[in-house]
Amino acid sequence: MKDWSIKELSNLLREKKISSVEITTDYLQHIKKKNPEINAFITVDEGRSLDQAKLADQIIQKGEGDVLTGVPIAQKDIFCAEDWLTTCGSKMLHNFVAPYDATVVKKFNEVGAVNLGKTNMDEFAMGSSNETSYFGGVKNPWDLTRVPGGSSGGSAAAIAARMCPGATATDTGGSIRQPASLCGLTGLKPTYGLVSRYGMIAFASSLDQAGPMAKSSEDCAMMMNVMAGFDPKDSTSIDHKKEDYTKNIDQPIEGLKIGLPKEYFAEGLDSDVAKVIEAAIDQYKKLGATIVDVSLPNTNLSIPVYYVLAPAEASSNLSRYDGVRYGHRTSQYDDLMDMYCKTRQEGFGEEVKRRILIGTYVLSAGYYDAYYLKAQQIRHLISEDFKKAFQACDVIMGPTAPSTAFKANEKIDDPVTMYLQDIYTIATNLAGLPGMSIPAGFVNKLPVGLQIIGNYFDEARILNVAHQFQKATDWHKAIPEGALS
Amino acid sequence: MSWDVVIGIETHVQLQTKTKIFSGASTAFGAEPNTQACVLSIALPGTLPVLNYEAVQCAIKFGLATNAEIAPRSIFARKNYFYPDLPKGYQISQYELPVVGKGSLEIEIGDIKKTVRITRAHLEEDAGKSSHGAVENGTGIDLNRAGTPLLEIVSEPDMTSASEAVAYAKKLHELVQWIGICDGNMQEGSFRCDINVSVKRKGESKLGTRREIKNLNSFKFIEQAIYYETQWQIEMLEEGKAIQQATVLFNPETGETKAMRSKEEANDYRYFPDPDLLPLEITDEKIREIKESMTELPHLMKARLEHDYQLSSYDAAGITSDKHVADYFFATLKEGAEPKQIANWILGQLFSKLNEHNLSIENSSIKPAVLSLLLKRIQDGTISNNGAKQLFEKLWVNPELEIDTLIESEGLKQVSDSGLIETMIDEVLKNNQAMVDEYRSGKEKAFNALVGQIMKASKGKANPGQVNELLRQKLVKF
Repeated sequence: MKDWSIKELSNLLREKKISSVEITTDYLQHIKKKNPEINAFITVDEGRSLDQAKLADQIIQKGEGDVLTGVPIAQKDIFCAEDWLTTCGSKMLHNFVAPYDATVVKKFNEVGAVNLGKTNMDEFAMGSSNETSYFGGVKNPWDLTRVPGGSSGGSAAAIAARMCPGATATDTGGSIRQPASLCGLTGLKPTYGLVSRYGMIAFASSLDQAGPMAKSSEDCAMMMNVMAGFDPKDSTSIDHKKEDYTKNIDQPIEGLKIGLPKEYFAEGLDSDVAKVIEAAIDQYKKLGATIVDVSLPNTNLSIPVYYVLAPAEASSNLSRYDGVRYGHRTSQYDDLMDMYCKTRQEGFGEEVKRRILIGTYVLSAGYYDAYYLKAQQIRHLISEDFKKAFQACDVIMGPTAPSTAFKANEKIDDPVTMYLQDIYTIATNLAGLPGMSIPAGFVNKLPVGLQIIGNYFDEARILNVAHQFQKATDWHKAIPEGALS
Repeated sequence: MSWDVVIGIETHVQLQTKTKIFSGASTAFGAEPNTQACVLSIALPGTLPVLNYEAVQCAIKFGLATNAEIAPRSIFARKNYFYPDLPKGYQISQYELPVVGKGSLEIEIGDIKKTVRITRAHLEEDAGKSSHGAVENGTGIDLNRAGTPLLEIVSEPDMTSASEAVAYAKKLHELVQWIGICDGNMQEGSFRCDINVSVKRKGESKLGTRREIKNLNSFKFIEQAIYYETQWQIEMLEEGKAIQQATVLFNPETGETKAMRSKEEANDYRYFPDPDLLPLEITDEKIREIKESMTELPHLMKARLEHDYQLSSYDAAGITSDKHVADYFFATLKEGAEPKQIANWILGQLFSKLNEHNLSIENSSIKPAVLSLLLKRIQDGTISNNGAKQLFEKLWVNPELEIDTLIESEGLKQVSDSGLIETMIDEVLKNNQAMVDEYRSGKEKAFNALVGQIMKASKGKANPGQVNELLRQKLVKF
């Protein structure tokens, strides 16, 4: 297997040096070889992928098509794709074949990209280790005893094991950035509203945002060019002017003001991870950036706020899984209430049930003001913190996750410790800001991610900032041992 | 002991939009089950609501028609509960900030006018329908109706009797059709009322415990249900028992109300703002634009009919009870007939014909131009009122007939030749000396009998006004 980037594939295809069928076949073979061990894919459909590749080749032959025509990518199983099994990592949807395409899927189809399959994920995107998936945990290609992070753990492991060059992912509290960090990848969570949520199975509607995951900032930028854009089918989609995210990616970043929030380097951060981040900041200084100290004083409130708001929305969003119209339905039941109870008891896993319970509780009469309303007020304060910080800097940097990949089963029985995985990522979701994670080094042969947070709609800038780092360093080129064989 | 009755009404008005409130699926009634259920109506994973602005326009129109506050910013909220015909497991509604705020509606009970305050009106989506027994061993779910836009109009507890409640419901029913936001079809469920009833001792200021009668879709049921419920509550209280707050159902077959199982109402709906929808913002400019596009409101038109055309309050109310009736009235007026006469004929002859054939006025076989010509022929003395009624019958069956030709062929032309009428009078007087004597002795009845004889002699064609006038003259001279 060759370690192709999306950019390389795009060039090779357009120069007709290789066909989409050849590339797709290679990846499918590699998936066949690697996936039984890694478990990054829930669904692979070779016939359909190859059909798409053939079609792409015809388009390329005619000299038509787009930059991504014929390039194979994987789709997180949270996106509905017509006639594809779409499970969201849950038993509840283990038999759900979507009758329509999510806007993100539709856009990739329209440019002629090839869908290599649907990637594993934490059930309904609830988790930071991919261990809550009904379809089994995913292994981290850097160390098979460790988790790839979550919830987009399948997408991350698939790219890290070179089963695909890029994949879609979603991020509600860190689900793109944390697995990217733990698997040595580049991932971008865009500004809330920039990428359509239509057809993306909802976890927490006001926080969910889709984005690209790949090996480099350049590849993410190419994927963003397809994914971003106003969608009339999503009322929270923002009518932002169409941008070319690759256009200014190569610009020097001299004079860039990087804000370092002191709260992101406080207690709880692994000291070796801190050293890697400090080294990365030094690298940025060499590239001409200046450092300013900023403060995000409400950082410690972001996890409690998130674990009120996200479960509240989830408890309502997941009410539709009642066994009436589609998905799992219990086989034996006495009456309607019994059918509801058994279906949901059997169909949902522990973590999902935990969050439905929390969400139902915080929305209940008598508790709403104390929890939901209070959390909304603090959410506003958290946004204000960022607003203030961005008056002093262009981008904010810090660690993506407090540690490197942890062992499977290490935290699964301790939800609060697991929730702390997202301590540095959640606040950007609450504020709706864009954030990236890029490989910044290693601790004990495990990748460490640097987080870059931008102001609203500053995706082009943070992609540029990331790309300049990747031009100067090789961390993002590191390959897990045996990934290519 | 005497009791005060307190009634408040929540009305669900189905809005006349082409598509559903949050999706592009059709709202047409009566399609095969689930053929109008799109991916959103079935609540497939990943689907999202997009607000249909046509529904918002309807709400604004209603707000303007009831002189209500229209919120510059309102919020859609989720009302969470599980039921098989509620596909998402929540209903998108409005809770804390509704689109329409405080307003009012004037009702009339006989000659008494009363203002009923409106608390609020909010937009929401309808649920689907459960048909118990529609499928073997189970319940059929039809999601065609799921997502149909509703405006829920909540009144203050300002009504004190079944007749006031019915007057309010009727007035509201007329208004929503008048402003074109609802087809008013109560059988199809386009207009349904939940009635809150409580009783308290006469003069007591504290309200009694209320019970809510759900889902009434006819004025008759409203009246019967309130009557029964009121009596029941009074009986309970007089027996010294307390009323428990409850949701009750009306059984049209027995005429009784009965509480639903308490389990069904013990709901905590966990309302919270729907994160899939942005706040609904309405500018003054938008309100102005809609206001300008609206037709004259019925109460204003009624006042104008009374003032400009001297219609009685009763006739003016009849003409403005329905937009189509008013349109018919003005169309007839435009053709030149006299307004009072038009009102009489519409509310009398035409309405009884329409009722007889169960037709609405838009489908009347006699069109305004035809009615107008007929009325003009009465006015110019060509035919009598009775003659016109005969013609009306003929024209109803065959509206293509030409009126003037018909007057000739039917021999309905009035005799207005005074010489001819005088000859007939002389003849009758000569042959009815006894009646003439009676009249002379002061019996006015005899005059009418003589007129009858003369009309008979003319085969009904003599102009009755002229007959009267000439007969009086003759009797004086005779």
